[in-house]
Amino acid sequence: MIRVLWAQIQRDLRVAYRRAGDVASPLMFFALVTSLVPLAIAPSRTVLQNLGPGILWIGALLAMLLSLNALFRQDLDDGSMEQLAIGQHPLPALMLAKSIAHWLVAGVPLVLLAPVLAVTYHLSAPTVSALMITLLLGTPTLSLLGSFGAALTAGVRQSGGLLALLVLPLCLPVLMFGARATALAGLGESIAGPLYLLAALLALALTLLPLATAAAIRISLD
Amino acid sequence: MKLPAWLHKFASPPHVYGFAGALYPWLLGLSLVLMAVGFYGGLVLAPADYQQGDGFRIIYVHVPSAYLSTAVYALMATASAIGLIWRMKVAHAVAAAAAPIGAWFTLLALMTGAIWGKPMWGTYWQWDPRLTSELILLFIYLGYISLRGAFDELGKADRASAWLAVVGVVNLPIIHYSVIWWSSIHQGPTIKKLGSPSITMEMVWPLLLLIFAYSLFFAAILLQRLRAEILDRERYSRWVGGVVQATASPT
Repeated sequence: MIRVLWAQIQRDLRVAYRRAGDVASPLMFFALVTSLVPLAIAPSRTVLQNLGPGILWIGALLAMLLSLNALFRQDLDDGSMEQLAIGQHPLPALMLAKSIAHWLVAGVPLVLLAPVLAVTYHLSAPTVSALMITLLLGTPTLSLLGSFGAALTAGVRQSGGLLALLVLPLCLPVLMFGARATALAGLGESIAGPLYLLAALLALALTLLPLATAAAIRISLD
Repeated sequence: MKLPAWLHKFASPPHVYGFAGALYPWLLGLSLVLMAVGFYGGLVLAPADYQQGDGFRIIYVHVPSAYLSTAVYALMATASAIGLIWRMKVAHAVAAAAAPIGAWFTLLALMTGAIWGKPMWGTYWQWDPRLTSELILLFIYLGYISLRGAFDELGKADRASAWLAVVGVVNLPIIHYSVIWWSSIHQGPTIKKLGSPSITMEMVWPLLLLIFAYSLFFAAILLQRLRAEILDRERYSRWVGGVVQATASPT
């Protein structure tokens, strides 16, 4: 089973690598949106320090959302999704692999880019590390939720806005705990509480959502 | 797992259509009578609140709507799960018929809350746990309705939206408890403490009666919408043709 998972992840990563432009665009979106905000509001040091954690988290959330639209599109178009569905391996496991691959491609670069952007918001060192840890724990949940949303809307033509409407409300707890923990770190307080909750959300998403995603993708294959 | 025998009848669209049609006028009539009694009790008989004056009377719309906004979602998710597990088309029709009513109750709860909030809290809106969860609930309803509308094929729309409803029902408590992290200005529940209620009985009985009356009203509207939904889904079947011919009066 692990071998199947790994093979699917490798395959998805290879596909992503060969279409590097698609991978880069959410990253650029993240950088651009978070750079626009200071220009739109008064870029004073205290304001940026207060707003920074929330804005960076929202930027990351929207960037993840942007990368979801095409998640299953190609696999559905060229028929490889059908092969996965009728193959001998359980579809939920393969969907889990796809979510993991999506996270590696779309989530991890955001985590790595975030500290660079955090510096432009004058965030302190503990805040930056809290931001990275919460993003590291939160973005996999976003990938799993997003995969579910993308699977639901896979058979729909104009799916962009609909995907946002479906996924964003479900992402709210992750956003709140992530941004909250980062803001707490800025005040010099312990962030253990929100971190545990983020981890709990991830555990829940990891176990349940691939099942729902597999069921949803089967609908679009009918 | 097999369905209980009496439930099998409810898998048949013509049976449900007839059943809903027979029940609808009774439910509607009873709910309107109870509403009249409840509103008389709440708006006329109940004394004005010593702090909020007559302003508190909006709870007779607000609380039943807020209660139904979540109860309807629970019903919708249950019907969706039944539809997914037993592939029962009528259950999907129930979920589809319930969603817009639930969304309207949610909007009503939010709007009456805002109208009440301005004089009482001094603000229309506050990022308070219950308000925020209610707003998110509205978005989930809207997402459900949009997802349903986005599919051309009815079967796909049924199943996709049912999965959304089921995932939403797991997520809603999580959303609710995560927003509780923010300090709340929403007043605590007042009618759960029936033993020593923090409001007088004269205010409580109309409220309880109205919650019941609103629920009956919802049931009546649901049945009527369900009838329309079933007719629409079965429009190519013979029995619907019979219904249409019977309704179109011969001139």
